[in-house]
Amino acid sequence: MSRLKYSTQRRILIFAFLIIPITLLVTFSYLPLANLFYYSTTSWNGLSKVKEFIGVDNYVRLFTDPKYFEVFKVSLYYLVGSFIQLGVALYFATVLSFKVKAKNFFKGAIFFPYLINGVAIALIFRVFFQSGGTLDSVLELIGLGNLSQQWLLDTKINNIALAGVSVWRYMGFNFIIFLGAMQSIGSEIYEAADIDGANKWQKFRYIILPSIRRIIELNLILSISGAIAVFDIPYIMLHGSNGTGTFVIQTVNMAFETGKLGLASSMAVVLLFIVVFVTIIQRVYFAIKKED
Amino acid sequence: MYKIKNGILIGIKYITLILGAIVAIIPLVVVFMASFKTKAEFASSNKLDLPESFLNIENYKTAFTGGKMVLGFVNTSIILVVALFGTIIIGTLVAYVLSRFEFKLSKILMILFLFATLIPSVTTQVATFQIVESLGLFNSRLAPIMIYMGTDIISIYIFIQFMGSISVSLDESAMLEGASYFTIYRKIIMPLLKPAIVTVVIIRGITMYNDFYTPFLYMPSADLPVVSTSLFRFVGPFGAQWEIICAGIIITIIPTLIIFFLLQKYIYNGFTQGSVK
Repeated sequence: MSRLKYSTQRRILIFAFLIIPITLLVTFSYLPLANLFYYSTTSWNGLSKVKEFIGVDNYVRLFTDPKYFEVFKVSLYYLVGSFIQLGVALYFATVLSFKVKAKNFFKGAIFFPYLINGVAIALIFRVFFQSGGTLDSVLELIGLGNLSQQWLLDTKINNIALAGVSVWRYMGFNFIIFLGAMQSIGSEIYEAADIDGANKWQKFRYIILPSIRRIIELNLILSISGAIAVFDIPYIMLHGSNGTGTFVIQTVNMAFETGKLGLASSMAVVLLFIVVFVTIIQRVYFAIKKED
Repeated sequence: MYKIKNGILIGIKYITLILGAIVAIIPLVVVFMASFKTKAEFASSNKLDLPESFLNIENYKTAFTGGKMVLGFVNTSIILVVALFGTIIIGTLVAYVLSRFEFKLSKILMILFLFATLIPSVTTQVATFQIVESLGLFNSRLAPIMIYMGTDIISIYIFIQFMGSISVSLDESAMLEGASYFTIYRKIIMPLLKPAIVTVVIIRGITMYNDFYTPFLYMPSADLPVVSTSLFRFVGPFGAQWEIICAGIIITIIPTLIIFFLLQKYIYNGFTQGSVK
């Protein structure tokens, strides 16, 4: 091949190197996307040969019946949870970016939950929230035994419990990202601050916070689309029952259990638009920021 | 005065760190202890009590044999190895072509790849399902393998980022010696991409090992469990036998824990680099 002219080589290479990746991209990203839009205009049940075209009926149904959007309330729990999660992650990252004994242990303990299999996490927290389970035992140990209740059944608290699981699972990720960003701050800046007699809070406020602001903002926006697309924890733990169903769970059940694939597709399209919209705002926002 | 205040701050620092570590670890420790308890013991003992004997491995035996976990590990390993190999080849090929050659469609292709990252895959599964079925991939290991390879744009993105730090003058001097483009890719680019390959293997490997949704949807056959789905199916037959489920949970976590201890540094770096866009 080295005897071929570079221009000929180039053309062969571009074609040979890209043909498989592009085929995969089209097959598993763009074709499903196109089909999703198509299915959303039909009353298809996912099995029959005919896909009857019904125009925007699915969308009309979706937007006129409030029950389909009620589940977004559940997302609010996760959204609040992720704000707490970011705050706690920021705190631990700041603390561990300075000199601390047993630093590696704390770092590992805080980060490790993020690496655990989602099914394992769901089951670990079934044990955790069982009556007489981990949480009840701990409460009893510290003399708060009377707080014990049906953590996963009571609709007043089960979404808070599940959002808590989500915080437990994902906090380590934000933590490690923040820590990584903080460690790229040069030590000479801290030394200069020491000379000026800055205290810990001032160092955080005037050195750390400004230099990792972008990453914090990015994580904030990511947590919005994350909260909207919550799926596996409530699905595996409770199958979305007892008022813990999210929009994604509702969509999946609609498609694969009740066989309303057309309607489910229109719901997926709505979700897609929300997520893409949030992302575009993020990109535009950061593009403007960059110019400043 | 300053000393007292400083002492209090240090105290608060360590108390919060220890609390944080306890909250992170307790749910796991309880499951670990429960996995050594007998059925009667699990029912009667406090969750925070140690098991009577850490040598009681009956639950592990049951979990391994009755829960199809061995088969799960075999299937997960096959999927992981093939999909990671494919991801690396595809990602490096695309990154090489898109960052080294400018041609008519290169800009458009770049946009097409990047836009695909915006599509939340969990929403398009409704339609992906039909495609997987029509390709005859349903209920085969090829389904998750193809999906992981086909939708893994993050890796392509990481490789493209990394290509930017490999000087073009290396390519040029190789061309002066008459090396073909393929030789350049194979002998110069690939070896230099090693750190990026490590990052991709870690990030994607962990994601694939932990993924539940894809195998659950596309390999529902009871004879085709992966680690996630075999653990998921524990809940049915072992409905009330939480001590066995706990053993299953620990079996699932052990490989992750070993990898974490061995590759800690790479894992931290991998996630830090992989996320900074």
